[in-house]
Amino acid sequence: MLALIGTIPEEDFPLVSGTAILKGNRLSIEGHETPVNRGTPALIAAAVMACDTLGLFMPFSFLVGDEGVGRGSRNLYEHLKTQLPAIGAKVIAFHYLQPDVDWHNRILLALEEKGKLPVLIGDAGYMYAAKMSGFAPCYDLFTPDIGELAFLADEIAPHPFYTRGFILHEEDNVPSLIKKAFEGKNAAKTLLIKGSKDYICTRERILATVDTPNVETLEPIGGTGDTLTGMVAALTYGGYPVARAATMAARANRLAGKLAKPTPATQVAEIIKEIPKALEAVLDDAAKAQEQTCLTTRYAHG
Amino acid sequence: MALVFKAFKRKKGNTSKAKSPDRGFLSFHNTSEVIKAESVIRKNGWRVRVMGPPPELRTGCDLVIEFPLVEQLNILRLLKANKIAPIEVVPVDDPLLKPVDLFRATDYGEHLMVRAANMKLTIEKETLRIVNISGGGCPDVPYLGARLVGKDLRQAPPPREIGHTLCGYALQLAYEEIKRQCSL
Repeated sequence: MLALIGTIPEEDFPLVSGTAILKGNRLSIEGHETPVNRGTPALIAAAVMACDTLGLFMPFSFLVGDEGVGRGSRNLYEHLKTQLPAIGAKVIAFHYLQPDVDWHNRILLALEEKGKLPVLIGDAGYMYAAKMSGFAPCYDLFTPDIGELAFLADEIAPHPFYTRGFILHEEDNVPSLIKKAFEGKNAAKTLLIKGSKDYICTRERILATVDTPNVETLEPIGGTGDTLTGMVAALTYGGYPVARAATMAARANRLAGKLAKPTPATQVAEIIKEIPKALEAVLDDAAKAQEQTCLTTRYAHG
Repeated sequence: MALVFKAFKRKKGNTSKAKSPDRGFLSFHNTSEVIKAESVIRKNGWRVRVMGPPPELRTGCDLVIEFPLVEQLNILRLLKANKIAPIEVVPVDDPLLKPVDLFRATDYGEHLMVRAANMKLTIEKETLRIVNISGGGCPDVPYLGARLVGKDLRQAPPPREIGHTLCGYALQLAYEEIKRQCSL
């Protein structure tokens, strides 16, 4: 099972868990609907598209309404502590949740108590909590942008808002920031750094960079990082090693962006529509290069 | 159990990690303000505690309030509504840390994007319409996007009035910078 966890920016959205389906630009789960314009709904929509393209079971989502006050996130944390270990997910992606180190640690320990940890992906607020907790190396993948990489590289910053100025260099300094993040044990086992050039790296080395197609207008579009995380989660669930999945997702996300012919005013829902075509192209390229594609059947994963 | 033990051991052995990495301090002019602030914050459901200040903060009152740092924007708004003004807000583990004050502007021709810390705000230059908000990780980011995208920059509510977290605060800085760049 692929489990996706996050929040909906509506105070009244209840705590729900189940299989989400896409209805045009809206996501439907357990009788509740929400637009896929940004945030966790965009991540789920991308993962749904990718799972469908790969022939996988649809992801299972845990969602709650939270406009940033944190009440919904805390209710979800409490629910996850008992429910998440019980579902036996193979891959879990944590997303927009109010960062809370105490709750983060309780959930990690609950998962550890079950035995071998599933593949853990941290993005957005949950990645902030994972870094602050000191348990970042328990995670298989973080997906920071450049500003968030600087936060991971700053061993004392409690939030990107407090990242020290001398660390906040730009893209020409990425390798140095990567080194700092790993040395401080503030990085997951693999990092996928989103920027004008995407970096896929481990503690040992930079494994790959992806900079084509180069679509400059993607950076301002809210939700393009969320779609990337959704795709890498689906590819990992499909059996690709994390770094390989990250590289393929980075390519597919750029290609989906290009196909949408975006301006800085484009909304991410337009890009999500292009994901199947983009992912198919990346899978075809991989096949042509005689690389092992891990296309799976519906019967291979539970 | 072995894995749990391993996690505890890792945490214990990781001396570089702070004790309260997600907490902040509010300092005040006097003790009565501390007591009033504590009461107001608790009444609104937050976990806070009153304690002695670290050396770096010993400038005013001899008490500070420890609070969840990420919810700074929301708590400051609550205190303002109750006419309580803290002297300073700082992270517990390093009170000398200051908020990011570096900005990066990207001109896309018809559009302008400004980034502050992890938050990016983009407008259409001719109409001053907010067309996108990106970056960030706290749950009010998608909420702020839903509330602000499509609005005229001159009429949109400032993120500090509707946001709740440090990401909301960072977006406020981007909002102020982009208004400055547009001479608004």
